[in-house]
Amino acid sequence: MSVLVVVECDKGEVKKSSLEVATYGAQLAAQLGTTATAIAVGEATEANLAQLGEQGIAKVLYDKEPRLKDFVNNAYTKLIATAAQQEDAKVIVLANSNIGAAVGSRLSVRLQASLATNVVELPHTEGGQFVVKRGAFSGKAFSDVVLSGERKIIAVKKNSLEAKHEAGQTATVADFSAQLTDADFADAPKQVVMQDQAGGVLLPEAALVVSGGRGMKGPENWNLIEDLAKALGAATACSKPVSDVDWRPHHEHVGQTGITVSPNLYIACGISGAIQHLAGVNSSKVIVVINKDPEAPFFKAADYGIVGDVFEVLPKLTAAVKALN
Amino acid sequence: MKFLVCISNVPDTTTKITFTPDNKEFNKAGVQFVINPWDEYALTRAIELKEANPGSTVTVLNVGEADTEPNIRKALAIGADDAIRVNAAPKDAFFVAEQIAAVAKDGGYDVMLMGKESIDYNGFQVHGMVGELLGIPTIAPAMKLDMSGNTATLEREIEGGKEIVQVTTPFVVSCQQPMCEPRIPNMRGIMTARTKPLKVVPPTADAPRTQVQAYALPPKKQGVKLIDAENAGELIKLLRNEAKVI
Ligand SMILES: Cc1cc2nc3c(=O)[nH]c(=O)nc-3n(C[C@H](O)[C@H](O)[C@H](O)COP(=O)(O)OP(=O)(O)OC[C@H]3O[C@@H](n4cnc5c(N)ncnc54)[C@H](O)[C@@H]3O)c2cc1C
Repeated sequence: MSVLVVVECDKGEVKKSSLEVATYGAQLAAQLGTTATAIAVGEATEANLAQLGEQGIAKVLYDKEPRLKDFVNNAYTKLIATAAQQEDAKVIVLANSNIGAAVGSRLSVRLQASLATNVVELPHTEGGQFVVKRGAFSGKAFSDVVLSGERKIIAVKKNSLEAKHEAGQTATVADFSAQLTDADFADAPKQVVMQDQAGGVLLPEAALVVSGGRGMKGPENWNLIEDLAKALGAATACSKPVSDVDWRPHHEHVGQTGITVSPNLYIACGISGAIQHLAGVNSSKVIVVINKDPEAPFFKAADYGIVGDVFEVLPKLTAAVKALN
Repeated sequence: MKFLVCISNVPDTTTKITFTPDNKEFNKAGVQFVINPWDEYALTRAIELKEANPGSTVTVLNVGEADTEPNIRKALAIGADDAIRVNAAPKDAFFVAEQIAAVAKDGGYDVMLMGKESIDYNGFQVHGMVGELLGIPTIAPAMKLDMSGNTATLEREIEGGKEIVQVTTPFVVSCQQPMCEPRIPNMRGIMTARTKPLKVVPPTADAPRTQVQAYALPPKKQGVKLIDAENAGELIKLLRNEAKVI
């Protein structure tokens, strides 16, 4: 009986959301009186995997099969299921990412496990029950869900808990093989195309986000958003109409029909705060709104606000951040 | 080509969310229900592909009680040919996936389309479960779906980019933006939808694997702290010293 943590790696680095998941898994294992083992997917280096000890992971399993570098649903599912069986894992923890959700749902059928996605806290395990708290209704509510199966799979929402870094702790990295065959790679991608990320920060992983709406007036003004994002080390985002008219690429569109983000800080510039936009951002820890209309609905959801013109306010904010650093 | 589109019935996007006094159920009173916005992408893309491939059919499938029929009719009005309703309240994602898989098993569908997730329970699960139950690939979430014969080329969103994936039928695809521009029904569609077949079938007996114990609303915001635009830089100090987020 153990906790198995699925760790996603990209270009040799463990993703930030996976450091959070590793922390979650280690804390859950301590709560259950057992240890946490990780299975790594994606392009990893042994040195980086060993560092998962800092999050409390004892052992990392790593299959060096080169075709696992890119996401392949069938192969990843088989890999993780094999690891879960070998480790007799009763709980599997993964990130609520595109990979985590896609694999988690297949795994739950294969392992006959109860699955909860979008989980925001450690489970309550008193009295033999296993109850997780998850986001529901597009961030407008939470639900406590009882996972009744003998096996459980938990997909942890990004930025729900801070990754622990206990310097000096290392994990053992162990070779692992799920004996994958060509058939397991039948749905392998033909091509992987990475997009340019402004400032190099991935939006779905970002702790800080600067976002622009129709109030930015046109793509030629986005340097104001980018300058502030760069100074903060933040990712950039936008509202739906902005991506609909191609001022910004679709992968920056947040909201109910776009990406859901839950950063520590979300700065909304020239965005009205329609309910569909809020649905994608309202679980951000701190929301800042800059809008020239004091009646803009976004102010109701905000922690800090400036009633003013983005073209005047944004350069002042950027200058203030630069002055801090 | 036979397309199966799974739709769920969700509270309108602008609904104020409330629960029954014991917090055990969503309070449906006075709430308008719509086709899940993500499913509209699945439905419209299936209809576009049907139009491009003469002789194809689009069947709509919903797991729900009789009160979902107005939205099933709406899907027929948008252009689906017929519909199936599995007569059961959707208990959890696994329960729904089992009903869909049971219908699909002998249906000979080439492509099963659904939305990325439902905007009420935000599971992001059903498509993967259906794919696994049927032993066929699921591509989730997909931003593009093109068909050439029985080979499909899809773009799948990954964090920071996309994968181009090719699969042959049958497969499951979960749809998201910018796959197509969702259609709305026109008058002719609404008229013909009334006479299109809607079959009601009983559920298979399996039990759900999760139960909601209670719902809760997030804690109320403290209220916005306004900073004078002239003195905008002050905000950055507050974010560092008070909110401690930068
Ligand atoms: C089913 C459905 C799904 C949807 N999904 C999404 C979604 O996922 N994401 C999303 O964003 N939207 C979504 N929408 C659209 C949503 O309803 C709003 O239309 C959209 O969010 C508005 O974008 P906006 O705030 O950028 O633009 P607007 O509503 O035009 O607001 C622009 C704001 O900028 C302010 N402004 C203008 N000039 C300045 C200036 N110089 N300085 C400061 N402020 C200024 C204005 O006061 C205004 O508040 C959806 C709608 C539907 C029906």
